[in-house]
Amino acid sequence: MNRLADWTRGEAAIVFQRCAGCGATQYFRRAFCASCGATDLQEHRASGEGTVYATSLVCRAATPETKAHVPYNIVLIDTDEGFRMMAHGDNDLAIGDRVSARFVQFAGRLVPCFAKASQPDKTERWR
Amino acid sequence: MSYITGVGLTPFGRHEGSSSLDLMSQAASLALADAGLQRREIDGILCGYSTVSPHIMLATVFAEHFGIQPSYAHAVQVGGATGLAMTMLAHMLTEAGVAQHVLVVAGENRLTGQSRDASIQALAQVGHPDYEVPLGPTIPAYYGLVASRYMHEYGLTQEDLAEFAVLMRRHALAHPGAQFHDPITVADVMASKPVALPLKLLDCCPVSDGGAAFIISREPTADVRVQIRGCAQAHTHQHVTAAPALDRLGAEIAIARAKAATGIAISDVRYAAVYDSFTITLAMLLEDLGLAKRGEVAARVRAGYFSCDGEMPLNTHGGLLSYGHCGVGGAMAHLVETHLQMTGRAGDRQVRDASLALLHGDGGALSSHVSMVLERTR
Repeated sequence: MNRLADWTRGEAAIVFQRCAGCGATQYFRRAFCASCGATDLQEHRASGEGTVYATSLVCRAATPETKAHVPYNIVLIDTDEGFRMMAHGDNDLAIGDRVSARFVQFAGRLVPCFAKASQPDKTERWR
Repeated sequence: MSYITGVGLTPFGRHEGSSSLDLMSQAASLALADAGLQRREIDGILCGYSTVSPHIMLATVFAEHFGIQPSYAHAVQVGGATGLAMTMLAHMLTEAGVAQHVLVVAGENRLTGQSRDASIQALAQVGHPDYEVPLGPTIPAYYGLVASRYMHEYGLTQEDLAEFAVLMRRHALAHPGAQFHDPITVADVMASKPVALPLKLLDCCPVSDGGAAFIISREPTADVRVQIRGCAQAHTHQHVTAAPALDRLGAEIAIARAKAATGIAISDVRYAAVYDSFTITLAMLLEDLGLAKRGEVAARVRAGYFSCDGEMPLNTHGGLLSYGHCGVGGAMAHLVETHLQMTGRAGDRQVRDASLALLHGDGGALSSHVSMVLERTR
């Protein structure tokens, strides 16, 4: 399987897998499809577009590296490709906001950080 | 059939100089005395884990330390659900005749044995090592995410959540072993330091030292009998990123299985012991379990429904939020208190009727669930 680098490996990208057998998408990388067990998976770069599912502004961190960043917003994003991911987000994000990803430095690593999309999607994609 | 024949609980808070094994031993001694059993009569040991003193074989470490050579022993790890998961296993082991008396024990010097930062860091590791932990979330953040979504979908407010912190504190005031004895108000909760919004400091359980133990037996050892009527589990995911929708979480699945296994209905329940690592955990689980209708929990807590003299007394020792949270032993305190209530030994906290109790534990980020029904028989 062709493995694409993503932010977990230092690359400014969000990558997901799609199963050629059942069509399921998954975000946590595995050598098999967690839905059907097939090993025929394709890796894709995600568009970085999505909708905010949940947010939590972290004001109390536990390590010197992360304490330097407080407050920082931990968000769950429902991506346009159909998987959910955890990321950082601008502090003004609200549930239901349409968002786009950029990449920022956090505690010595590159992490995805979502901001309100400049051109809001008119279609009500959510709920 | 199996019975909870003895319970033991240390005060929670600071136990300067006590190790995890010390706290486990204290709690185990109390439980043995309560059951009227000797060490040599214990033939099964189940224990939790200690983040302060991790060990790959904690059950035999404890057994040797305490002076027991059991015929069955190992540790169990399901996060906050561990205490009830061990009780469920002990129930099955005694029913199957594998053991006559199983000692279930946990204890940890989580407050004085390591820094608060180390505790927060250790617990955050329940997150995904590649896709979550590098982002710097904490356990409060995992639950803060869930809280934001639950509030969005069901209209719960931060003031609603604060009511649960106030209730747990009010209950703790009547228990000398509780970590906190200062009354708090909704305004105090609202004004407390932000931790992982919408959760603030008083929405979060503390880090504590403490220990808890009980003995599950095939036959009762006293006239007032607390029987394990039945129990069930559900495990839908590990990481909050992979959690199902709010209306498909494990608590609803576990309680449905427990109801099917026991034949009881929620209307039969007289006392509730529900995991309360955060105010949102408690509010959600009460609704998931059917102890309040969806969207009704805030009105019920304000009306005194869950108070000691209410229709459904809840965590009358103060719960994790105010009795304290020492890891696995934290949620075991809920069962100890339930046992005291069911056997009429809860003193000033005694409720009118605790003849049938529902207990529920949750581990991880609402990942692992155990529902259990206890019944007093004679």
